[in-house]
Amino acid sequence: MTQTTDVLDGLAGVAPGSALDTLRRERPQTRDNVQASYAALFEAPDETGIAQSDRLAVASFVALLHGGPAAEYYLGLLEAEPEGGKLAGLIRRQAERGATKGPYGAYPPGPLSREDVAGPIFKVEAADRAALGERLTTALEHTHQLVFHLRDAKESDFAPLKAAGWSTSAIVTLSQIVAYLSFQIRAAHGLQVLGLHALGV
Amino acid sequence: MSSTTLDRPAKTAPNAFTQAELGWNAWLDPVPEEALTERQKEGLVDIARAKSPYFRLLAHDPDILRARTLADKDIFYNTRSGLGRAERELAAAAASRSNGCIYCASVHARFASTFSKRREDVQRLLDEGTGVDIDPLWNAVIEASVALTATPIAFGPEHVRKLRDLGLDDLAISDVIHAAAFFNWANRLMLSLGEPEIG
Repeated sequence: MTQTTDVLDGLAGVAPGSALDTLRRERPQTRDNVQASYAALFEAPDETGIAQSDRLAVASFVALLHGGPAAEYYLGLLEAEPEGGKLAGLIRRQAERGATKGPYGAYPPGPLSREDVAGPIFKVEAADRAALGERLTTALEHTHQLVFHLRDAKESDFAPLKAAGWSTSAIVTLSQIVAYLSFQIRAAHGLQVLGLHALGV
Repeated sequence: MSSTTLDRPAKTAPNAFTQAELGWNAWLDPVPEEALTERQKEGLVDIARAKSPYFRLLAHDPDILRARTLADKDIFYNTRSGLGRAERELAAAAASRSNGCIYCASVHARFASTFSKRREDVQRLLDEGTGVDIDPLWNAVIEASVALTATPIAFGPEHVRKLRDLGLDDLAISDVIHAAAFFNWANRLMLSLGEPEIG
């Protein structure tokens, strides 16, 4: 039935016919729709105004910030795009500069303020800003917050994105890319650990 | 819309975790209910979700919304073997507590209470945080969910081993992984596209 390669299987190291493969196929609606989500974000024709290379640049950045096999996967796709090699180099550089530990951030002032955790706010350096362009620069800065300090999100965060030309529907897609990757990377990591350490016991 | 209390807004953002029902306001314009296309309605999956500004905002990109929604429903509602409903909701609440999503935590803590009938234990997760000591199974589900929520990810063999020792089979452990991972998707949308409100 499934003709295309399942991306999560690839990232989690799920071999056809393995115990982990059997396990994933016990939840076919999950398996199919995790793959359909990937297809909607990275394989379908663009309808919200985000170039494929920008989608892959954001995905590569998210994956590099997490570490693990997803980074090489998305960078590989990015490098295959026109001018992708140069862009991949820029993204690697941003990820090196943006590496930190999350989740951190501040709560609305009140009883939770004692749980506030300080952390860096990522800004692309001027030279790279010019090379990446305002559109991708603002997307990467927003992405870094969504990955590491999502509870700092506020309404005014959209101002720089809008000023750089991001429409509402494009911001929705951008948010879905970052959020989906945050799921996919964790599901892949968890399944890989499960496959290596629990099955067959 | 008249009000006698002019010195403060009629609705305010919550500043504590709660199991109470909260509202949610979008920071970007959702698709108006009357303007939803057939494809956007398919993206919503349940037409009742057309009442929600959150889902109508996500309907701007309908195909990813549809796939996300179908995955969500299966991860939480497919109880053909595997992890119980209460523990799946607990994993969602723990991930949300760790990331700081007050809205997501309110919904899924409430569901965890409904399915477990242990409202006070669930409230302790909200009040005391993810380091709370409830019982061995709930502690292990919370620890695994929080480790998976960290960036870089801190989930390892010790989490699998602990869940297995407490009687979870591989499918149930996979369900913990999916429920916690999924809320790292949901929290990022809910926290960044709008904000909760009381009342």
